[in-house]
Parts: sequence; C-alpha cells; structure tokens
Amino acid sequence: MEHAVLPAWALLAYLVSGVLFILALRGLSSPASSRRGNRFGMIGMGIAVLTTLATHVPTLAEGGPDTGAMVKILAAIGLGAVIGLTTARKIQMTAMPQLVAAFHSLVGMAAVLVGLAAYFNPGAFGILLLEGGINPDSRMEMGLGIAIGAITFSGSVIAFLKLNGNMGGKPIMLPGRHVLNLGTLVAILGLVAYFTQDEALWIIATITALSFIIGFLLIIPIGGADMPVVVSMLNSYSGWAAAAMGFTLHNTAMVITGALVGSSGAILSYIMCKAMNRSFISVIAGGFGAAPDAGGGEAKEQRPYKRGSAEDAAFLMKEAENVIIIPGYGMAVAQAQHVLREMGDLLKKEGVNVKYAIHPVAGRMPGHMNVLLAEANVPYDEVFELEDIQGEFSQCDVAFVIGANDVVNPAAKTDKSSPIYGMPVFDVDKAKTIMFIKRSMGGVGYSGVDNDVFYMDQTMMLLADAKKMVEDINKALQH
Amino acid sequence: MDFISILSIFVLACFVGYYVVWSVTPALHTPLMAVTNAISSVIIVGALVAAAAAGSLASSWLGLVAVVMASINIFGGFAVTARMLAMYKKKQKS
Repeated sequence: MEHAVLPAWALLAYLVSGVLFILALRGLSSPASSRRGNRFGMIGMGIAVLTTLATHVPTLAEGGPDTGAMVKILAAIGLGAVIGLTTARKIQMTAMPQLVAAFHSLVGMAAVLVGLAAYFNPGAFGILLLEGGINPDSRMEMGLGIAIGAITFSGSVIAFLKLNGNMGGKPIMLPGRHVLNLGTLVAILGLVAYFTQDEALWIIATITALSFIIGFLLIIPIGGADMPVVVSMLNSYSGWAAAAMGFTLHNTAMVITGALVGSSGAILSYIMCKAMNRSFISVIAGGFGAAPDAGGGEAKEQRPYKRGSAEDAAFLMKEAENVIIIPGYGMAVAQAQHVLREMGDLLKKEGVNVKYAIHPVAGRMPGHMNVLLAEANVPYDEVFELEDIQGEFSQCDVAFVIGANDVVNPAAKTDKSSPIYGMPVFDVDKAKTIMFIKRSMGGVGYSGVDNDVFYMDQTMMLLADAKKMVEDINKALQH
Repeated sequence: MDFISILSIFVLACFVGYYVVWSVTPALHTPLMAVTNAISSVIIVGALVAAAAAGSLASSWLGLVAVVMASINIFGGFAVTARMLAMYKKKQKS
C-alpha cells in the first residue's frame, strides 16, 4: 500500500492539536475557565492548519512550488475568515440556534466535498493500492463519511429553515415515511458495502444523492418543539462525519475531534430528550409540536382566575424575601430580558433575594436561555438549573413566570393523559405566590395543554405583553 | 498508521469525549455547541490536502470550496463562542 508519508513532527503536531481540542471542551466546565479553553481550541486549529499547509505545499509538474495554487488556498481561507467573522459579530443571540444549524450544514458539506475529492484523487490522500484502485477500507470510510456528511448537510438546512421561520415549524408528514426512510437508509448502507467491491462513479454518486434526500426526509416531519434535540443530533452527525474523514486520511486530529464532537452532540440530544420526557426514537419518528387538536384540554369550561396589576406585583415582590424568576422563550420573543434584569436589580436593592431558574428546554437549543440572560448582564451565579433550585420553591415567596408555560405545568406530574406527562417541571405550586405573565388567557403553551397553575388560589395572572408588564413593574418599584 | 491503531484512538477519544462533555456545565451548552462546531471543521485538513494536490482538477476545486466552508466555520465558530463566553459574568461584590 502506497502511503503519503508524513514526517514524525507533523504526526505529533496533529496529536497536539487533538489534545488541545480536548482541553477546549474541558475548559467549558466553568465559565471562569471557558475563555482559556476557547483559546486552546484556536491554537489547536492553528497548529492543524499550519501543519497541513507546511506538509502539503502545492508543486508544479515540472518541479518547484505552485504559487498560483498557494494563492488560491490562502484566498479561500481568507474568504471564509471574512464571512465567518462578519457573521459571528452580527448575529443576534436569539438567532444562535439558526446559526449553529447553518454551521453544521457547512461541516456536512465540507465532509462530502472532501470525500469526493479523495475519490477523484486518491493518490493525494495516500489511499491508492499498489496494484491500482482505491483501498477497500478507505472506500468504506469514504462512503460512510460522504453519507453522514450529506445527511448532516440537508438535515441542517431544513433545521435552519424551520428555526429561521422560512419554513413553518409544523411537522410535514409524508404517508408511509417510515418505510421510505428505512428503505433509503438500507439502500445507502448496501451501496457503501458494494462500493468496497466496485469503485464505479455511479455508486458514490448515488450514495451522495440518496444521503442528501434522506437528511431532508428525516428532518421535515420533526416539529418545532423538538428542534433542540434535532440541532444536538446534527451536531453529533457533523462529528461522526469528521471522524470518518479522519479514518480516510489517517489523521489523529480529525479522529479525536470527530469522536469528541460526536459524543458531545449525542449527550446533548440525550439531555434534551430527558428534559422533555421524550424518547429519542419518538423524536426521530417526528410529528410532535403539531397544532393542538381537539381533546388536548382546550375545550375546558371557563374557570375563574385572579388578575393582578403591575403595582400589585411590585408591592408583593418588594415585601418578599425570596423571588425565583422562571423565564421561558416567550421572554426572549418579547425582548424582555434587559428589563427583567433591571427588575432583578431593583428588587435586590430592596433586599430581596433574587434567583433565576432555567429549564433545560427553556430556549431553542441547549443552554440558550443562559446565553440570553448572560447577554442581559444577569450574573451566572444567580442562574440555577432545574435540579439545583427545585427544593427552594417551598421557601420562595414569589415565583415569577415570564414567557414560560409547559415547564411549570403540574399536569406533567399528575395527569397521565397529558402529552407532557413525565416531563420534569418546576414545583411553582409550592411557592406562596405565583405571578404569571401572559399575553391573554386564550393561548396555551407549545404543547397545546391548559395549565392548572393559572387557576390556583395563590396565582396572580399578569395579562400583558411581557416587556410592557415588566417595565410597568419597574416603574412601580421605583416609587 | 494501520486501521486498528486509528480505531483505537477513535474509541478512546469517544470515552474521553463522554466524560469531558458530562463535566460541561449546562449553562455553557450553547457555547459548547458553537465550539464543537468550530473544531469539527478540522476537516479543513482534508480540504487543504485536496486543494494542494496536483493530478486532478476536480479534486482540487472540490478541496478549495471545502476550504472556504470549513474556514467560515472555524473563524465564525470560535469568534461567536468567544463573544458568548465574554458575556458570562460573576456577581459584583457590592
């Protein structure tokens, strides 16, 4: 087997960058060490890129360096840098899920292109057999890498369109889609197996085309509510695609990174599924997050509820000792995070102990709400995860729910017929007073379920736009 | 490197990934995604190899396009992660 033999220093350099990537993720165990971690990641990437540039200098057929090709490569990197940096600077924090989906699609496409490039020029990748033809092992890795990359690409494009609102969040259900999807997956795997025997162009072309189609088919039936899982899942796929390419290139940095990213996305998908009490299989099967149909609890009789004003809310919170704020995505939609932080500051000035409670699915992707609060200058040591704050509701005077609904719905604990049954929720009903900001009594949560919390004795409904209501509370607090 | 050695690295790295990612605080899960996005663009290594190699015009153009894509991700991913991480602040002692 012929091999593009790399010097030992280059192999070591790739190993070092793999280790730096591990340290980059390790840094994220606390916000304090995270910035250093990110720098480790950048250094690791720098080492990997420079090593490759140094060991793969383009040469002319008649000898000597091919300056034209070098200029093209540097221009390609530069173009990417300009696009990437501009996007990163401009993007709104609420649009982070879309951005991540778009980035995933690029990794997926890059994997497809690299795979195809390796097919067209196997000699450059050191995967040619001496007797001619591409090494069958490499063909399998290449086929899998292209397939996973293509699925990542088209899946992420659909996820992007759904998250960005270019496409409705409603699941699109094709008839017989399970059979169709399974059939396509089996066909892809079969073709990859056959590709190890026969390296004809039509095989790799069909694998690529089918994988683009299956990525599309897999994501269109998944509803808006399940998008956090989908984004995490595609994150995982992009890692496996990179790992498969790493096998083709025998590159340790790529294999290590692929494994890290693959596990990371898988763990995040698991965490999101658990937070919604959904099984991974049912998410993949799709259909959740559809418009609520009859019998979902919406046709209940009108029940009495107490309505409060901003002044009432301000008065009660001023007198309170402990206030727990539970923000949901509705808060971000109303752009209320900055006024909410002001409210927290005003209350702290009055000697009130203010904490923020975040449900894992509060945002549109894992940890999204934490970023939105951090952007509004909420200190991260005032922000708590579900399991860390759950016990504190019994000593809490006011639970302040803003833009959230399902995550405080007691039906998840008691009503076996509810679609959100089993989902972990905040025990707000243990608080002395519950304040619930909601635009009107009409709408229901993402799941389309009525919420008993609205009608409890200790609940005060604050019916208004979230931002307007918090602004009014802030005015009342300043008096 | 033979298949088994690279497979060994891969399997061990999966375990490292498993433990490292569980130690990431949930508050940083969005930056985690952004940074894993950036580092998975180490696939640029393959793109650079293809772009630099002589012998196939198709291969080098595919490589060049992949270089642009991966490079968007690398610069964009690390920059947006840095931007997010800069926002996480501790309570000021008053």
